[in-house]
Amino acid sequence: MSEVNAGSVPYVALTGNPNSGKTTVFNALTGLRARVGNYAGVTVERKEGRLMWEKGDSAVSPNRDTPVIILDLPGTYSLSPQSIDEQVSRDILFHRVPEVPAPSLVVIVLDGSNLQRNLYYATQVIELGYPTLVALNMMDVARNNGHEINPEELSQALGVPIVPLIANEGHGMPELRRRIRDMATRGTKRTLPRTFCELPIPFGVEIEAVSALLRKNTPQRQTSADAEALLLLSDEKVLFKNASHYGVEVEKAVLQARQRLEAASVEWRSVAIEARYARVAAIDQAVTTWVDPNRESFSDKADRIVTHKWWGSLIFIGIMFLMFEGIFWFASYPMDWINAGVAWLADRVSSSMPPGDLNSLLTSGVIKGVGAVVVFLPQICLLFLFIALLEDSGYMARAAFLMDRLMSRVGLHGKSFIPMLSSFACAIPGIMATRTIESPKDRLATILVAPLMSCSARLPVYTLLIGVCIPAINVLGVFGLQGLTMLAMYMLGIVGAMAMAWLFKATLLKGEPPMLILELPPYKRPVPKVILRHMWDRSRMFIKRAGTVILGINILLWFLATYPKSPEIKAKFESDRSVAATTVFPALQGAALEQALTDLQVKFAQPQATTNSAEAALLEKLDGLEKQKQGELLRHSFAGRMGLLIEPLIKPLGFDWKIGIGIIGSFAAREVFVSTMSTVYNLGESDEVTKDLEDTLRDQKREDGSTLYTPLLGVTLMVFYVFALQCVSTVAVVRRETNSWKWPIFQWAYMLVLAWGLAFITFQGGKLLGLQ
Amino acid sequence: MPGASQPLTDLAVGSKAVVAELKVTPEHKPRLMEMGILVGTSVELVRFAPMGDPVEIKVRGYHLSLRRSDAALVFVKTE
Repeated sequence: MSEVNAGSVPYVALTGNPNSGKTTVFNALTGLRARVGNYAGVTVERKEGRLMWEKGDSAVSPNRDTPVIILDLPGTYSLSPQSIDEQVSRDILFHRVPEVPAPSLVVIVLDGSNLQRNLYYATQVIELGYPTLVALNMMDVARNNGHEINPEELSQALGVPIVPLIANEGHGMPELRRRIRDMATRGTKRTLPRTFCELPIPFGVEIEAVSALLRKNTPQRQTSADAEALLLLSDEKVLFKNASHYGVEVEKAVLQARQRLEAASVEWRSVAIEARYARVAAIDQAVTTWVDPNRESFSDKADRIVTHKWWGSLIFIGIMFLMFEGIFWFASYPMDWINAGVAWLADRVSSSMPPGDLNSLLTSGVIKGVGAVVVFLPQICLLFLFIALLEDSGYMARAAFLMDRLMSRVGLHGKSFIPMLSSFACAIPGIMATRTIESPKDRLATILVAPLMSCSARLPVYTLLIGVCIPAINVLGVFGLQGLTMLAMYMLGIVGAMAMAWLFKATLLKGEPPMLILELPPYKRPVPKVILRHMWDRSRMFIKRAGTVILGINILLWFLATYPKSPEIKAKFESDRSVAATTVFPALQGAALEQALTDLQVKFAQPQATTNSAEAALLEKLDGLEKQKQGELLRHSFAGRMGLLIEPLIKPLGFDWKIGIGIIGSFAAREVFVSTMSTVYNLGESDEVTKDLEDTLRDQKREDGSTLYTPLLGVTLMVFYVFALQCVSTVAVVRRETNSWKWPIFQWAYMLVLAWGLAFITFQGGKLLGLQ
Repeated sequence: MPGASQPLTDLAVGSKAVVAELKVTPEHKPRLMEMGILVGTSVELVRFAPMGDPVEIKVRGYHLSLRRSDAALVFVKTE
């Protein structure tokens, strides 16, 4: 990102309340060329893009070619931050984020249908003194609610220019783009210092004193010292959280000033909020004409059903059901195509180069390994599509409203519901979505349990194991046992997450139950462009992962399963093979013998082949020898040794060393289990990976000759996968989100203990009950 | 007793009142005020969630949801 910020490129900060339509405005300003990154140290999404120039924007604009960068700040209710998102917004506006230049223009998006609360924040930002432009959005919603806002009068009252907008229909956007370009490139002068708070005289005196001190300490100022002094005096946390920034002198001055205010019985915590709201309410009165004050808005009507005691719950369950059914059904078609494409590609590559290590690496390690993961892209895209739809339409807030009671029973927050739901797709966006939770303890508890929700990476593991181990029979006539098992695994994850959240909140993260402040914004018609953009931004992360982490692991695994090679084992099996072959072809040797065997195989591949029993027996024998050889070679390889090494640990769970290899492999990413199993059982050459893999697994026997993959083993293995944190990306994200190694390590360990313990209980308990 | 203040959650669903006192902890009070709930502000109790908690209120023209226990610390007067 550094190159776009360098030099004198005008930098425009876009800010506003959550739900003000800011994201829609940002998309309309920048088109689809925005870049999404992170701020150093925190994973708050950093979105920035070039201001777009469209035909008809302003044909004679002299500054057409000057690039202007728009930075989308996280939605914020006030300059006294309560969450990390809000803190980043505040810090950028105060020019305290080193990598972000001071904005040359601030654009505030105002929700016209919710004027007072939006103006509370807008006036705070205007007071900072940057050149400022107000985008007055949702003029249509305001009108539907029965009131009209006069933009000219509002502009006068605020002292900054205003552009009225209906952003999701594009009305007013060309004008907004033109004004931004003009103001950002013209080098608009700073606005005059002004205040929207009429404060009691003693407070004014103290602000003057602190302000003078700030001006003395930092003479090169981007923001008004008066505005900063007001925040310092009235926000209890700001001093404490930025002690190093302000230094002892300022701290002392502020604390003394607060004492003097208390002596004069001035409530320094609330007087500024009251004064600002008084002013804001007066402005609202002056600029708004109520056409029909008692009109019931569409959202009001809709909410009578959507949040209704019975209907609301039914609709919620219905939407969740539709979402998951939809994901599984719709995705199955593109998944089939991807599977076919991967098989075709592997086949082409395999046949177009000589057999050997490189061939095996490319087909088994790279193409099929990555293909086994990319196949889940359709499901992930669909899940993100649904989540984006729920968020943008405004339903997500209702879901949090409906679910808060349940979540609060285990000590979580209605807002934890969204991260938990996202974690069904992938824990990474889920964990990133916890940033809107204000209380650090709640946020941490949500992060710790989010990976227990069965993510899409478990799906291939469940699918494979259910296909192999669970018989396709119906229970009670209608419910498929395989489907029920899948549902049970998802439920187990949910119950586990709730139980652990309760445990953490009752012990480690004990604290005051946090306050829930949840806005229920008006429903909106989602904008397809914005929805698709959301879906794509998030899905891209998954593709990137498949291209990097998972590709790397597959190559490593292939290496571990292939090396060291053992000439002795190979030689031994070669000679066994020759001995067997000569029983049928006693006269042949060397190349001629090989040719005869190949011919025999071709002959057997034909339908209605006429063969004698000796030939059939030979082929079977050779097949068995080949499998034995592969087994011996695998046992000899690094991966095999690792599997054997951990076998004593997993034996009580009923797993053998080959499953051990799968588990080790998938500690980096769960979905790797499937591709590992296909490497372990050497299915590199087959066309339909999954189908053949299922058959092969079903044929596996224990040493005593009993079937290895029994229903009990399948369930045990799945229980292990429900609970174990086998995902390096999640560990990395938790490390970034919590800014320490302590929490990711703790999380990894507790989940492993849980996984092993519950798998043990499942397997041993099942055996005691006489299950297979 | 007419005129006496009562917890917001004791209002009948659909009725309006004016905030008389915020008995919320000093830690939570500023954010509640920044969301527009001040002494003298008119609030409407819109509904309770299906499981009785949280509560939805309408304040300054927008809808906000609070836990029942927090909302009970907002004391209101009916007129």
